[in-house]
Amino acid sequence: MSIDLPLVFTVLMALAILLYVLLDGLDLGIGMLMPAATREEQELMVASIGPFWDANETWLVLGIGVLLAAFPVAHGVVLGALYLPVAAMLSGLMLRGVAFELRIKAVGWHRELWNWLFWVGSFLASFAQGWMLGRYVTGFEEGFSFWVFSLLCAASVCGTYVLIGASWLILKTEDELRRKSLLWARWGLLWSGLALVLVSIATPLVSARVFGRWFDFPRTFGLMLLPAAALAAWTWVWQSTGRLHHSRNARGDWSPLAGAATIFLIAFLGLAYSLFPYVVIDRLTIWEAAAHPSSLRIVLVGFLFVLPFLIAYTAYAHRVFGGKVREPLY
Amino acid sequence: MIDPDLLILARAQFGLNIGFHILFPALTIGLAWLLVFFRLRYEKTRDGQWLAIYKLWVKIFALSFAMGVVSGITMSFQFGTNWPGYMLRVGNIAGPLLTFEVLFAFFLEATFLGIMLFGMNRVSSGLHIAATVLVAVGTTLSAFWILALNSWMHTPTGFGYQDGQLVAADWLEVIFNPSFPFRFSHMMNASGLTTAFAVAGLSAWRLLRAPNDSAALRAVRTGLCIAAVLAPLQLVLGDLHGLNTLEHQPAKIAAMEGLWETRAEAPLVLLAFPDEAARENFYALEIPRAGSLVLRHDAEAVVQGLNDFYPDTPPMTPVFFAFRVMVGTGLLMIAVAWVGAWATRRGRFPSRRLLWVMAVMSVSGWVATICGWLVTEIGRQPWLVTGLLRTADAAGDVPAQYLGASFAGYVFVYSLMLLAYVVVLAHLAGKGAESDAVALPRAPS
Repeated sequence: MSIDLPLVFTVLMALAILLYVLLDGLDLGIGMLMPAATREEQELMVASIGPFWDANETWLVLGIGVLLAAFPVAHGVVLGALYLPVAAMLSGLMLRGVAFELRIKAVGWHRELWNWLFWVGSFLASFAQGWMLGRYVTGFEEGFSFWVFSLLCAASVCGTYVLIGASWLILKTEDELRRKSLLWARWGLLWSGLALVLVSIATPLVSARVFGRWFDFPRTFGLMLLPAAALAAWTWVWQSTGRLHHSRNARGDWSPLAGAATIFLIAFLGLAYSLFPYVVIDRLTIWEAAAHPSSLRIVLVGFLFVLPFLIAYTAYAHRVFGGKVREPLY
Repeated sequence: MIDPDLLILARAQFGLNIGFHILFPALTIGLAWLLVFFRLRYEKTRDGQWLAIYKLWVKIFALSFAMGVVSGITMSFQFGTNWPGYMLRVGNIAGPLLTFEVLFAFFLEATFLGIMLFGMNRVSSGLHIAATVLVAVGTTLSAFWILALNSWMHTPTGFGYQDGQLVAADWLEVIFNPSFPFRFSHMMNASGLTTAFAVAGLSAWRLLRAPNDSAALRAVRTGLCIAAVLAPLQLVLGDLHGLNTLEHQPAKIAAMEGLWETRAEAPLVLLAFPDEAARENFYALEIPRAGSLVLRHDAEAVVQGLNDFYPDTPPMTPVFFAFRVMVGTGLLMIAVAWVGAWATRRGRFPSRRLLWVMAVMSVSGWVATICGWLVTEIGRQPWLVTGLLRTADAAGDVPAQYLGASFAGYVFVYSLMLLAYVVVLAHLAGKGAESDAVALPRAPS
């Protein structure tokens, strides 16, 4: 029996990228929310992601690593075409990561500077990621409407990161900060909801390919389950944030996060459906871009070996630092 | 064929990134193991000073680790943006090795770092020690995979061709290629030395400001004792690595030794100004026949010069000088480590002059490491993968203005980061470990 290795690696890469946008998305969202919080709140917000952010960011390296290992041709094409936004994203991630460490250690105006750079870095990285998404989905085509579309994607990624960041804070914090987070989550929800609708309408308009994938009756009726599910998840988050606002009970605090993650998942599935089986739109399919089977096989063996351990110790770390955050780091 | 100026720009940008990146792993690989030592000493003696030292250096570790992570992410992207031909040609070997680094090492380090940093009061001390050990194992595994790939690029073995693609024929031969054991041990030891001098030097600086800080004295002593063993060991490992290079990349050795012409009874060139155009040395200071003796362990033996390999030769000047700075720094490290270890024997307090020397020497490990990398990486030019892929053939066709703009951006961000790193390092080390040595209960807020 032979397995379709390129397909397996597409799933693995998609999984790594999905986990990255979920996990580091919440770190970046919290970074973007920093200016809205008081100094004490900022400390708690940072403390809530302190033990995790390094590992969260590692999913990006894994995603890029799989792209590199499994689809070496696509790695060059995609990253070459996205040269400048990649550089901007990397600068943002560097500023964010370094500011994260330094803001804790600095005092006085230094601390203010690093706080500010933490925000700038988070925002720059999120914006650049959204921009890259827009460029990628449209096959790197040049033109005014494509730039506007990329801008729209950038804004919507920022919005969804704010949503998931705020949802994480609802789970991890108490009292005033939790109440603020509920409000932030609603702003993020409005923002991302609007953006998702606009992107869903715009994508088929700018890309004939995507139009063909989605408007092919009668399959379209089945596909409409995805936006319907997204709407349900969106409503659920909206209602649960309202409900939690009036309760001091922490039991339901996980629901906005679960709902936000569901919205991510659905958006991701929709995107995957639009693109499959291309790794570079209309140019390279996953089978054309794949590395040699011998090389894919060894990576897969490594994956299967490591994955159980990875899941186990990630779960362990989240258990160790579970529950509400009550005091700053250090 | 890519425009030579663009190639230089692409190489300079990647060189800047990789040179900036190596500063941090060079410290964290060794420091991770030193933290294990501090943590175990505390566990055994229950002496608060060991805990204070641990807590100070774990902070510096976290900062350095974060700097390493963010600059490392940049590199994983630049493989694609700057060197698309690299993945096209040897992706079937480089891809799996890089992925293995992420899978086997990166997640391990990053996850347990959280527990090591913030989990001391949340998990049992046994688990906390385990987390500290696992972070150290992770950093070492990380170096293992990266150096396996890097060594393979210098001395490729274990590959074959299938369906017109270069693929691995034997993974064990790919990983344990001829230069790997030498490069790995040389680099691991370099990281140990970088750590030893950084710890001893920064603690010496603390002692200059606060002579009564006995925790700082203890850290100075620990660093010096480690350096006193590792520094001479590095001389031996470096020599072995050199002999291995002579066998597999003789052109690099010729550039390092400043030898243009192949000859018997070759001199050992101590110092000279190589002239690339005339292909000869000016103002050479040489020891007759010693070159043959060092390289072939026989004063009569024939040693190949760089001209033998023309035109596939690296530029001599940067390799020649970087090699001398590395060796010179290494010799200085041996001297300082031994003098320092002697001066601090049985709790003795070193002189202020010696403390100043040590403080200046805190950067010595970094200087030697960077120079070592310049030697080995420039020394393999014009090849990216020896005999298989030229650097020029791997470069992409990124427009010059993109390269220039992103280069300027990286220089700006890196300068800012490096400045901040140095300031914070000096601040933390200058403040010392003593301040939170006594674990007072936190006042209610």
